[in-house]
Amino acid sequence: MAQRLKPVDVVTIGVGLTGSLAALELAETGLKVVGLERGAPRYTVPDFQSPAIHDELRFSIRKAMMQDNVKVAVSFRNNSDQTALPIRRWESFLPGQGLGGSFVHWNGQSFRFQVADFIYRTHILERYGQKFLDACGPELTIQDWGVTYDELEPHYDRFEYLCGVSGKAGNIKGQIQAGGNPFEAPRSREYPNPPLKEPYFGAIFRKGAESLGYHPYPQPSSNLSRPYINPLGLQLEQCVFCGFCERYACEHYAKASPQTIILPVLLKNPNYELQTSCEVLRINLDSTRKKATGVTYVDAAGREFEQPAELVLITAFPLNNVRTLLLSGIGKPYDPKTGEGVVGRNYSYQTTGGPTVFMDESININPFMSSGAPGTMIDDFSGDNFDHSQLGFIGGQYVGSIMTNGRPIEFHPTPPGTPAWGLEWKRAVDRHYNHTILIQQHGTSAASRLNYLDLDPTYKDAWGQPLLRMTFDFPENDIRMSQYIADKVVEIGRAMGGKIVVRGGTERPYTTTVYQSTHNCGGAVMGSDPKTSVVNRYLQCWDVPNVFSLGGSAIPQNGTYNYSVTIGALTYWALDAIKNKYLKSPGPLVHA
Amino acid sequence: MIKTIGAAMLTAGLPLEIAKTDEHAALCGSNAIAAATPPVGATTPPITYVFFSTEEAAFIDAAASRLIPADEQWPGALEAAVPNYIDKQLAGAWGRGERLYRSGPWQQGTPSQGYQLPFTPAELFHTALAAINKELAKAGTPFATMSADQQDAYLRSLEAGDKDLDGVPSGLFFGELWEFTVEGFFSDPVYGGIRDMVAWRMIGFPGAYASYYDLVDRHGITIDRPPMSLAEDAHGHVHMNPGIRAHSP
Repeated sequence: MAQRLKPVDVVTIGVGLTGSLAALELAETGLKVVGLERGAPRYTVPDFQSPAIHDELRFSIRKAMMQDNVKVAVSFRNNSDQTALPIRRWESFLPGQGLGGSFVHWNGQSFRFQVADFIYRTHILERYGQKFLDACGPELTIQDWGVTYDELEPHYDRFEYLCGVSGKAGNIKGQIQAGGNPFEAPRSREYPNPPLKEPYFGAIFRKGAESLGYHPYPQPSSNLSRPYINPLGLQLEQCVFCGFCERYACEHYAKASPQTIILPVLLKNPNYELQTSCEVLRINLDSTRKKATGVTYVDAAGREFEQPAELVLITAFPLNNVRTLLLSGIGKPYDPKTGEGVVGRNYSYQTTGGPTVFMDESININPFMSSGAPGTMIDDFSGDNFDHSQLGFIGGQYVGSIMTNGRPIEFHPTPPGTPAWGLEWKRAVDRHYNHTILIQQHGTSAASRLNYLDLDPTYKDAWGQPLLRMTFDFPENDIRMSQYIADKVVEIGRAMGGKIVVRGGTERPYTTTVYQSTHNCGGAVMGSDPKTSVVNRYLQCWDVPNVFSLGGSAIPQNGTYNYSVTIGALTYWALDAIKNKYLKSPGPLVHA
Repeated sequence: MIKTIGAAMLTAGLPLEIAKTDEHAALCGSNAIAAATPPVGATTPPITYVFFSTEEAAFIDAAASRLIPADEQWPGALEAAVPNYIDKQLAGAWGRGERLYRSGPWQQGTPSQGYQLPFTPAELFHTALAAINKELAKAGTPFATMSADQQDAYLRSLEAGDKDLDGVPSGLFFGELWEFTVEGFFSDPVYGGIRDMVAWRMIGFPGAYASYYDLVDRHGITIDRPPMSLAEDAHGHVHMNPGIRAHSP
């Protein structure tokens, strides 16, 4: 039987971005906090060091930093008429494992969402009307977040300074700033650090985009442009453009991660205890099912423990937050037939893809000199920055040249018509490797009543618990959006001097076999109505008020941008409410 | 003073003027092979097979030489020891199903559901190669003895996917073989392929260098320097910042 441990004030399920940030905030108030991490401990020194970290096969192809599919997977189907089957190897998305979570192997692409994203339904209805939205797709279940941009701004600001984000402000308190993104939501001040150097591909994109009247700007990056000491006193270094960022950890202390921006301070706090290689099986509830008593977990040796806690924070990867809620019986599971229930509802993803631009042989791109977020981009097609009234879809994408690497197993482009193998293939790889630019389209994923997460009826993990089951395909709305923008981006590729420009754009069906994005989104969404949300505006579970579910699972539908910085801001926002309201009077922070 | 160690110092230890091949080649001593000089006429390396049988190895060797053939300019997959890479991968943990979810029940899925067979990579190769060699032995023309054109035609027939190789769809097998071939052609030499880093020199990928900070904004420069393998990295630098604790208490 489970060994019962000494009660603590707070337990976090997962020690990644949200788990370490929340733990630090609460340990500093004097509360005893235990962090349970399913993966191994790992630190910049010695675990992330050169030369071993620059190993494309091990990290990019064999995915050494990701959840071990031998033990746990996710089952998948495109629609609820199919039988879900396990994703036996990760390809489409890559949930991280180990201390620091996915915030170790991220690229550092550091965006804020826009003002309209937080009031998405309200905004779309006000600008275009219900009839328009119905025509985009009656199955769409977009909704407001329950928190506004203005409320989150101070938390965005705080998190960006924790990370040391490098960028150029485009909008400070409503004043448009030269050199930045004119579409940016208003910021209270400049980024903590200036933008990264612009690689050649970015400079070529900038010129092409400008010639068409678009508004290029340097991508905000948590790979730092200069040495920086964050507000916790931790020193970060300058990114050296090694070209091994996403799917890798940073050897140089140059990328914001829990290891570089939080953990060295947290681990010194006597109120904090880190437990690694601990698989949380469930959150335990008392007989009323309205109060959590703690969690049950299994350690690396298979021993079961019960960790009692006053406050339980679910701080795992978004998909695992949803699974933890389902395994614990917290919140009513979503039923796509009736549209009732909330846990698993509004699972969304991200639309990706973009053209490949084949350049003249005289132009050396040197794509291996790169960083995780070195892009030059435009927001002219992001979110609702352009008039959709005649277009028949909602949403948009940012567009930019963000070549993070030239690692050759992953990157060896050949133009259409090249044989898939053989001598001509080899010669084409030789010809084009250093003379090709990728442009990314990356954007919104509208929530749909057809897409959801629940527990798989058949497949189990190594601990005998059901896998999470994902039912997902891109709504037609998102295909129309992506294809519309694909046409525009091809023009940019030509303006860049591309000899051959291969059009991008998202297609159906969604497939798990090609990498697209690790911004899995929603499933335990925030909102102001318990009938359409799992957590309230402070990320507190409606049904069990001493459980908070922090992270990307709370985002009701994905906006245009990579969501990591928004997750950081949401975590600070929720922790502000926990510290200043909940701890003074534990109970529901919002009455439905 | 010691606090100021940072990127400036990290990069200072590296060969910043790496565009100057000669200078760097001198630093690298006899191990340096100038990028611009491909090893024309490179020979087939001797390989000690630990996974493939002699018959299986004959197929893999011959297939590698057709999938990425040698020409007068650059060696192909066989000369680059790609079969050695595949052999060692299949003999090791990856071949035995590392990071592969292996619980049933088993059923064919849609293409978007990905790989759904019970075979580990090692089992998949043994099964498919046995079926191929049996079929070709019956026909009296083992793959390795075919002409290049015949070999290409046979590989295309596998690629088309309409053959059943004792439970392995031939298109799936071809896809795996091709993936392993590309990996062995481009992955670091520590894994037993990419002999002499030929594929890296062909495309101009420099390998595991740690910094391009001083080069990234020198747009369009020609990087003409010998590539560096993980095993060769002799910088001896430790990216340690004494201001940050390395380990948990």
